[in-house]
Amino acid sequence: MRTLAISKRIGKELLRDKRTMALVLLAPILIMWLMSVIFSANSETSATIGTVGVSSSITKKLDKVDNVTVKRYQTKSRAKKALKHYHLDAVIIKTGSNKYHLYYANIDYAKTALTKQGFQQALSKQQIAQIKSKITNLSKAINQINQTLPAGHKLQIKKSKSSSKTKITNTYEYGNKDTGFFNKIAPIFIGFFIFFFVFLISGIGLLNERSSGTLERVLATPVRRSEIVAGYMISYGVLAIIQTLIIVATSVWLLDIEIVGSLWLILLIAIVLSAVALSLGIFISTFASSEFQMVQFVPIVLMPQIFFSGIVPLDALPSWCTPLSQIMPLTYAARAMEDVTLKGAGFNEIAGNLGILLIFLAIFTVLNVVGLKQYRKV
Amino acid sequence: MLIDLENVNKSFDKQKVLNNINLTIDAGQIIGLIGPSGAGKTTLIKTALGMEKADSGVTEVMGTPMPNRKILGKIGYMAQSDALYDNLTAKENLEFFGQLKGLKKQEIASEITRVAGITALTAHLNKRVSLFSGGMKRRLSLALALLGQPKLLVLDEPTVGIDPALRKTIWEELKKLRDKGCGILVTTHVMDEAEQVDQVVMLMGTIIAQDSPAKLKEKYQVKSIEEVFLQAESEVLNNENAGN
Ligand SMILES: Nc1ncnc2c1ncn2[C@@H]1O[C@H](COP(=O)(O)OP(=O)(O)OP(=O)(O)O)[C@@H](O)[C@H]1O
Ligand SMILES: [Mg+2]
Repeated sequence: MRTLAISKRIGKELLRDKRTMALVLLAPILIMWLMSVIFSANSETSATIGTVGVSSSITKKLDKVDNVTVKRYQTKSRAKKALKHYHLDAVIIKTGSNKYHLYYANIDYAKTALTKQGFQQALSKQQIAQIKSKITNLSKAINQINQTLPAGHKLQIKKSKSSSKTKITNTYEYGNKDTGFFNKIAPIFIGFFIFFFVFLISGIGLLNERSSGTLERVLATPVRRSEIVAGYMISYGVLAIIQTLIIVATSVWLLDIEIVGSLWLILLIAIVLSAVALSLGIFISTFASSEFQMVQFVPIVLMPQIFFSGIVPLDALPSWCTPLSQIMPLTYAARAMEDVTLKGAGFNEIAGNLGILLIFLAIFTVLNVVGLKQYRKV
Repeated sequence: MLIDLENVNKSFDKQKVLNNINLTIDAGQIIGLIGPSGAGKTTLIKTALGMEKADSGVTEVMGTPMPNRKILGKIGYMAQSDALYDNLTAKENLEFFGQLKGLKKQEIASEITRVAGITALTAHLNKRVSLFSGGMKRRLSLALALLGQPKLLVLDEPTVGIDPALRKTIWEELKKLRDKGCGILVTTHVMDEAEQVDQVVMLMGTIIAQDSPAKLKEKYQVKSIEEVFLQAESEVLNNENAGN
């Protein structure tokens, strides 16, 4: 009853704070969209390559490589001058039969890589063309020989139809050919947004109650300390559910991210995570005496969690990072989110991670209920 | 006995704020707690309500040792600072605290009408508190304390920033409540309010004088409580100086 009264009151206050509501509900959409643009930009690198003394057939083949433009130069010095002035990204100079020297501007690593790859491709196509023409010559010679031979002893070259074209079929376990880095980090970010906003808003909310004296006033009524914490949990839990729905809807319909597993499980993770964020926010707010000081905890408490929660694969990090990531609640939420969105994990598979989140929750909640003793001894 | 303090001591760090306080408040009594700023009036109130823990001594409210959570529901407390939810309307604030006090739904509605009448807030019930004037906020704080017709009222400077006419009605109301058997502990810096109480308690770390206004005036041979206050205060300060 009192718990509900408290959560209703918080809900009303939140709803009246239009700007905060807009931030909580719209900011994730905007940021997710921006990130999807940035991270799924299919690196449209192009390179302009100058050639000196390279045979025209190779030059043509190089020109045909996607995103590569070739300019032919008569002299080495002219080509190099163009490279110096960054009109070219690379210069290929033939220094002998089958010997090439490549110069790169190398300002953009991707262009360098594209040049290397493109030239390699052109060379191998050239070789294939040479082999083909040799085969054609060979079969012509055989035909001529056949004409001189008596019938029944004719030589034959077996033609295999499939030799000319190789067909590759791609099947994707998750997503499609447009699946990029963003798809992998999207579930982590669902977790992060919930954590970030619930942490900050609830922390500041309780901080305001401390500094305005309403917390003390509330504790001068027969309310239980645990009822206050529970009231906060319900209202911010509802906020987290709404936020999750918005983020998931954005991901699915706007950003085309495939969610393999069940939406209910994602909501479940979101609720548990928001409860953890809430209890941490309330806990941390004890150490802040102003809203500004609360914001100062963002780089300390939140930023490391993004980096260590799986955006960078943990196996790629130095070993001292592992224990660090293990004390961060977001790690477990991100793992569970990933398992559900990418691999379609069921409840049993994420139960372990959820359990660890619940342990975090229990610890911080107990600390908070005890911490409120500061205002009333019972 | 509504409040019973026996030999209560309270210090913050090294500063001794309450020194061996003995005070009882009975039903049907208005006790006025006066004393210079920083004398420990608010601390005494908070200790009595269990929001601060006494270092030693007995603090009981309605026969129950404090701190005690359930007893808080029977006390109407008005803090010195207005602790209100600015984004909510006056009515929503009243509803919220009514719910926390454990009042029933219909009770809350009738109580809101009653306390808003006493504090002359009926016309402003649906206004956000952020739009309230200082005096209106003070009245709303008082209205919150009156919710549920508690047997014991503890009011920390209830009439600061309230105009004389309204102050008069509020005091009349407090006297009415007293006559119905309510016990009231009120702090004030307004001396003509102190004239109206049943007992004046003068606090300066310890209780330096306690009696009815008439008896105090007689004892100090002065015409007003204000003079009693000034005289008692200078006596204490002189004694301290002499002691040093
Ligand atoms: N939480 C606290 N921590 C440390 N010192 C405190 C605390 N609360 C009060 N004090 C100190 O105790 C003394 C008494 O304060 P208190 O608020 O009880 O005074 P008061 O009589 O209510 O004054 P006023 O009339 O100005 O309201 C002051 O010196 C104050 O600085
Ligand atoms: Mg005070």
